[in-house]
Amino acid sequence: MVRFVNLTLAGITSGMVFATVALALVLIWRSTRIVNFAQGGMLMVTTFLAWTVVDAGGSYWVALAAALASGLVLGAVIERVVIRPVEDKPPLNAVIVTLGLFVLLQAGAGMVWGDTPHSYPPAFGIRGLSVGGTRLLLSPNDLFVIGAVGAVMIALTVLFVRTDLGLRLRAAAFAPEIARLLGVRVGRMLTLGWALAALVGSLAGVLIAPSVFVGPTQFDAVLVFGFTAAVIGGLDSPVGAVVGGLLLGCALSYVSGYLSSDLVTLGALAALIAVLLVRPNGLFGATTGRRV
Amino acid sequence: MLEVKDLVVAYGAEPALDGVSLSVPDGALTAVLGANGAGKTTLLRTISGLLRPRSGTAALDGRDLTRLPAEEIVRLGVAHVPQSGGVITELTVEENLRLGGLWRWRRGDLARRIAAVYELFPPLADRRARAAAALSGGERQMLALGRALVAEPRLLLVDEPSLGLAPRVVAQIMAVLRRLCDDTGLTVLLVEQNARSALSVADRALVLSLGSVAVAGEAAALAADDRLRHAYLGF
Repeated sequence: MVRFVNLTLAGITSGMVFATVALALVLIWRSTRIVNFAQGGMLMVTTFLAWTVVDAGGSYWVALAAALASGLVLGAVIERVVIRPVEDKPPLNAVIVTLGLFVLLQAGAGMVWGDTPHSYPPAFGIRGLSVGGTRLLLSPNDLFVIGAVGAVMIALTVLFVRTDLGLRLRAAAFAPEIARLLGVRVGRMLTLGWALAALVGSLAGVLIAPSVFVGPTQFDAVLVFGFTAAVIGGLDSPVGAVVGGLLLGCALSYVSGYLSSDLVTLGALAALIAVLLVRPNGLFGATTGRRV
Repeated sequence: MLEVKDLVVAYGAEPALDGVSLSVPDGALTAVLGANGAGKTTLLRTISGLLRPRSGTAALDGRDLTRLPAEEIVRLGVAHVPQSGGVITELTVEENLRLGGLWRWRRGDLARRIAAVYELFPPLADRRARAAAALSGGERQMLALGRALVAEPRLLLVDEPSLGLAPRVVAQIMAVLRRLCDDTGLTVLLVEQNARSALSVADRALVLSLGSVAVAGEAAALAADDRLRHAYLGF
């Protein structure tokens, strides 16, 4: 029983990070119908920037702020410069562009920072808390990860549902032409959407860095799991991204704990297939009929 | 108010509008009639900036609109209600309405304008928190019209509001357009295939045929001309 609780706790922590990556992908998919394969590269670069700050003696919090700020800027710049020209082109163009960008970022990071992974400090202690004499697989740092992701999700929900800006963002995503007729500057909304997504992604990068280390290819697995989580959730739904991330996190934790850690990737594939067999549009996906 | 001159718009090689000129006088309801494919929708989409013409101009009080993006043309006081309304079904009724005035009003002013729309279309008030997807066709048209009115435009472009609606609802919508014209001095450019109901409320009308203006004149005169009605309007 303790083992089960522990595996679940570990699953929730990693699931929150998958959910964050998934959320970054969903935000972009919703607004531009582009699957951002460059997301892994983007969060890798922003995490490297954070590492540079830490390496230069900066505090964890300054480094985190640097990662978030650079994510915001990087997302906006990439949308304006690279994505804008392919937005109204066939979807394959965007796929190639984001994949190319991913390769470019990865190679560029290797040239600037080298290929050897660097360690990254956690925000808080990583010794498991003990409750009534049993040590749990839940450290203060894990609580911070869960809290930080939760806070971002609440902030995004408030932004999208409660504010005028959020209404504009949603209108631009759902019906760009109608939004323009109502005076929404859709181009700006798309830039902002990418910036927000990259910000969310950069948070995931910093949160996962202590366990995967910082290197050009260290985040590939996180992106794959984040992508899996997004598809499980339906790719269209922020709530789905979060639920998908948590489900996947727990499923992988059980696979690793009860079977073998070698089977984790296979477990992700199995979870993906199982969900898509039952619900081809993902758990929270819209029926394709709605998308005109 | 609106002066369209020699407008040529083409999708590929085929011109949809082939040298259309018309003027929309201030404070009047002008109807553009014509069959499917006559270029009516193209005309409205060009005026509101969704399409770029190959040549020609559409000037609002002397200012050419054909080089401005749609989101800037709205800010000059032109509201476009697209075919079937263009209600954003994923948003609630209230959110759709707020969106209509967001670029123009502060919170309190916006709330007052939205309240006025609810007064004009009471069925919307009962469904304000519902998703627009749950509305009937007539209610969607009301919402689309109301959403355009929230910004208090000077020129309202309406594209086939009668499409797919019951005759009773069509009559209601037409009556509202007429009333807006009379009471608030709004200028309306109404595109309709349903010539009979459009002529019943319009001041002036013109008939588009194969991308150019075939006939133009007083609505009453057009409605009274039997030969014209048979040739172009089908009633």
